[in-house]
Parts: sequence; C-alpha cells; structure tokens
Amino acid sequence: MRRNYQLYVLLFPIVFWLVCFFLLPLISVFVYSFLARGTYGGVRWIFTLENYERLFDGLYLGILWRSVSTALICTAVCLLLGYPFAYYLARYRPKHRNILLLLVVVPFWTNFLIRTYAWILILRTEGLLNNLLGAVFPNWSPLELLNTPLAVQIGLVYGYLPFMILPLYAALEQLDMSLLEAAQDLGASPRRAFWHVTVPLSLPGILAGSMLVFIPTVGAFLTPDLLGGGKVSYIGNVIERQFKTARDWPFGSALSFMLMGIVLVGTVLYFRALQGNEDSQAL
Amino acid sequence: MKRILEANIGLVFFFLYVPILAVVVFSFNSGEQISVWEGFTFGWYAKLFEDAALWRACRNSLIVAGIATAVSTFIGTTAALAIERYRFRFRTALTRCLYLPVIIPDIVLAIALLTFYVQTPIPLGLVSVIIAHCVFNVAYVTIVVRARLQGYDNTLEEAARDLGANEWQTFWRITFPLIAPGIIGGALLAFTLSIDDFVITFFTAGVGYTTLSVHIYSQLKFGITPKLNAISTMLLANSIVFILLFLWFQGGATTSRRQDV
Repeated sequence: MRRNYQLYVLLFPIVFWLVCFFLLPLISVFVYSFLARGTYGGVRWIFTLENYERLFDGLYLGILWRSVSTALICTAVCLLLGYPFAYYLARYRPKHRNILLLLVVVPFWTNFLIRTYAWILILRTEGLLNNLLGAVFPNWSPLELLNTPLAVQIGLVYGYLPFMILPLYAALEQLDMSLLEAAQDLGASPRRAFWHVTVPLSLPGILAGSMLVFIPTVGAFLTPDLLGGGKVSYIGNVIERQFKTARDWPFGSALSFMLMGIVLVGTVLYFRALQGNEDSQAL
Repeated sequence: MKRILEANIGLVFFFLYVPILAVVVFSFNSGEQISVWEGFTFGWYAKLFEDAALWRACRNSLIVAGIATAVSTFIGTTAALAIERYRFRFRTALTRCLYLPVIIPDIVLAIALLTFYVQTPIPLGLVSVIIAHCVFNVAYVTIVVRARLQGYDNTLEEAARDLGANEWQTFWRITFPLIAPGIIGGALLAFTLSIDDFVITFFTAGVGYTTLSVHIYSQLKFGITPKLNAISTMLLANSIVFILLFLWFQGGATTSRRQDV
C-alpha cells in the first residue's frame, strides 16, 4: 500500500505534463485540421475535409515529394560518409579514440542555427568558397550557390551527420572481432567477411542512424529557410508560412498531421526491420 | 583500403569543422565585409556590450533555460525512478510515450503547442516558451537518468533500511548521491537544448518575446553583420564548456561505478 502511494507521487508529474502539454496539443492540432479558416487568421468551428483535399493538390504532393526525397538523399550521403568513419574510429587506438569521438560530439551539441548560418558565410556569391576559387583561378566567375536545393542538401548533411556517426560507432565498437577472424579462417575474403559479417551485425546501428537523420530532415524548417532562401519550398516551410504569413491555421495543421504520419510510418518500419533483424540472428 | 578510410576521416573532420572555424575566425575580422579578411580586432565583441536588445534576449534565454531545466529535471528524475523501480500496468506505454517528443519533428510539436495555447488562458511569451521547452527536455532527462539507474545496486538501500534509516533518509543519503551524476548530466543536456532551441521557441513565443536564438534569426533575416559572428562564437564557446562539464560528470559516473564493483 505504501509502495503504491510512492509510485503515484512519482508518476503524477510526468503523467500530468504529458497529458496536458503533449497529448492535448496533439489532439488540438488534429481538431484544427478539420476546421475552416477564419477571415482574419483565426478558425471557424465548422467541420470540413477541405484541408485534407487540398493536400492532394499536385503542388503540395510535389513539395512533399521534394521533402521526402531530400531527406532520403541526406540519409544515404550521411551513411556513405559516416559508415567508413565509424568503422575506422571503432578500430582506432583506444587512447586517441575518445578525443576523435569528442570531436564528433562537439558539433552534435553546438547551436544548430549557428552551424547553419556558417554555411551562408561559405556559400554566398561573395562568400568564402567563391573567394577561394577566385584566388586560385583568376578568371573565376562566382557561382550562385546559396538559395539552391544543393545548398539545402549540404546544410542538412552537415547538420545531421553526427546523428548518423554516433549510433554507427556504438554498433561497430561492440562488434566481436573473433567472428571476423572466424570468417577469414573459413576462407572468406575480407570483402566477403565485411558484407556477410560486419554489415549484418551493425544493422541496428545503420537503422538507428538512418532514423535519427531521416526524421528531422523530412520536417526541417530552418535549413531550407536559411540556405534555400524561401525560393524552394519544403514541407517545413509551407507549414511555417500557414502560421506566420498566410494565416491559414487549419491547412497548416493538416500539413503537420500528414508530416507526423510520415514520421510514424517511418518509425513503425524501423521497429519492423529491427525485429526482423533480431529474428534472423536468432536463427 | 586503409588510405581511403583515413582520407574519409580527414574529409569528415574538415567538413564538420571548417564552417565553425570560419565563423570564429571572421568574428575577429576588422572589416565590414563578411568574408574578406582585413585585419584582427576585438571590436565586434566590444560592440556586443552596447547592444541592449541582445542582452535582453540573452537574459530571456537564461531565464527560460534555467526554469525549464529545473522543472524538467524534477519531472524527468521522478519519472525515471518510477519506471526503473516499479512495475505498473502502463509502464511500457509510458516509456514509449516518452520517446515521442524526441521522435516528432520540432515543427509539429511547435504547431501543436501553438494551437493548444490559443485555446487556453496561457499567454504567448515567457510561460508558454518554458512549458514548451519542458516537453522535449523531460524526455531527454528521463533517458539520461534511467541510464544511470540501470547500473545501480539495490543492496545499498536495503542495507540502509536494515540499519534503521527511514524511506526519506534512505533516499537523500543513499539513492540521491548515487544517481546525482545522472541528474546533473540530464540537467546540463536540458539547459543546452533549451538555450539552442529555435523552432519551438519561434512558434510559441508570440510577438515581441525573443530569446537569443530568435534574436539571432531575426538579425540574420535583416542582414548579415560581422557582429553575428561574434555572438555565434560566444555561443559556441558556451556549448563547448557545457559538453566538457557533461562528459566530466558522465566520466565521473562510470569511474565511481567501477569502484562500487
């Protein structure tokens, strides 16, 4: 009885907070997505499916596709850069390894806004990259790099690369080296051992890293806003516009809900893949 | 093969650090030009001290982060204790729910809170921003404190109770000192996340209330000045101090645990 009383005291704050300031807001945005837009920005309490119908407009499907494909490319590039990096780091001398690891963690903790802003300095037409290239090649005509989809892609890879490296490193560091030796003793070439032993065993890290990169990039708002200059629309920017300038809250809510749907589908697929991986290893 | 791996390490570090270094280096540039080096100066830092709007934003950031850290550390710690110490019916549901604020994109959480606030008497400003920060901070604090509780030895508490300590004494004399590094680590993480947050603050602050991140953003939209490099460098230095503190406490946690064994 006494233990129960303690449990309720410990649980009360978290349950209260999650219900009031997480669950209720999610319900609220869900309800908003079925309301009609008010004349001066508010909402009218009339039930309508119009906001969801608008989502299937070619314009918004195109923007949605751009966001998803950008996030997928970003995830792939991060994996391509991050996997060899984590692989090498996991085999590095333990003494220096922690310093290298710290160097990956620092950008992970530093202000995202500033890390994005740094790329404006580099990519601007009169920025560092064009200045450098201009100094090397006298006839260089400055490239328009900022405010392009390429700039957004670079910014996203830069922003989320540490999120890929850290789980990959955690998975590869735990890898049992004797399994690789066994594979090679049994006549597997290093390449074959890598693809048949190392990669399957590090799959949980690959999946976790991919999730941690894909989810924030698909809904990214700041990077497209600063590096894309609002010239190219991504779903995050469209949502922001509905709330800040267009004042169409119900449509913005419907977009948010769809974004959450994509993320939840991604999460379910992730757990499925993880489950499948465990099952195959159990066999 | 080894060559390729080493080249990749170099490439990744170059990619990760050149932009940060560019900001730091150009914060000492004397020219008005953003990306042409003209000479060394501390002038932009001196200019920061005259900027009243910047200091107001800075003070707001510290107030928000301070209160949000205190509240979320308390809630996160009690939640971690409940989850790790007790078995109850909705335990799995609660642990899954706690990951949601981390998984959901920032902008969705921000919009959800905004549509919620306008239907309540909570005014947009200081209070709404603090509540919003607590939502994501609570999840992170719980994860960090739970990790500390998982490697924890229950027999010490039993010994304390056998020796006649009551529940309250046992908690403050035994449990709390043992999990303190986890709590401090969680609080440091929460504080950093709070200071650095832009998206959620941007949507829940309403008109006229600015934190440091929102201030920097509006300056950026207005036009890039060398002063921004100086502000950014100060924030970078602040982050590095916090990481080192966090790692120091976490490092202390692992060594003391080894001594327990």
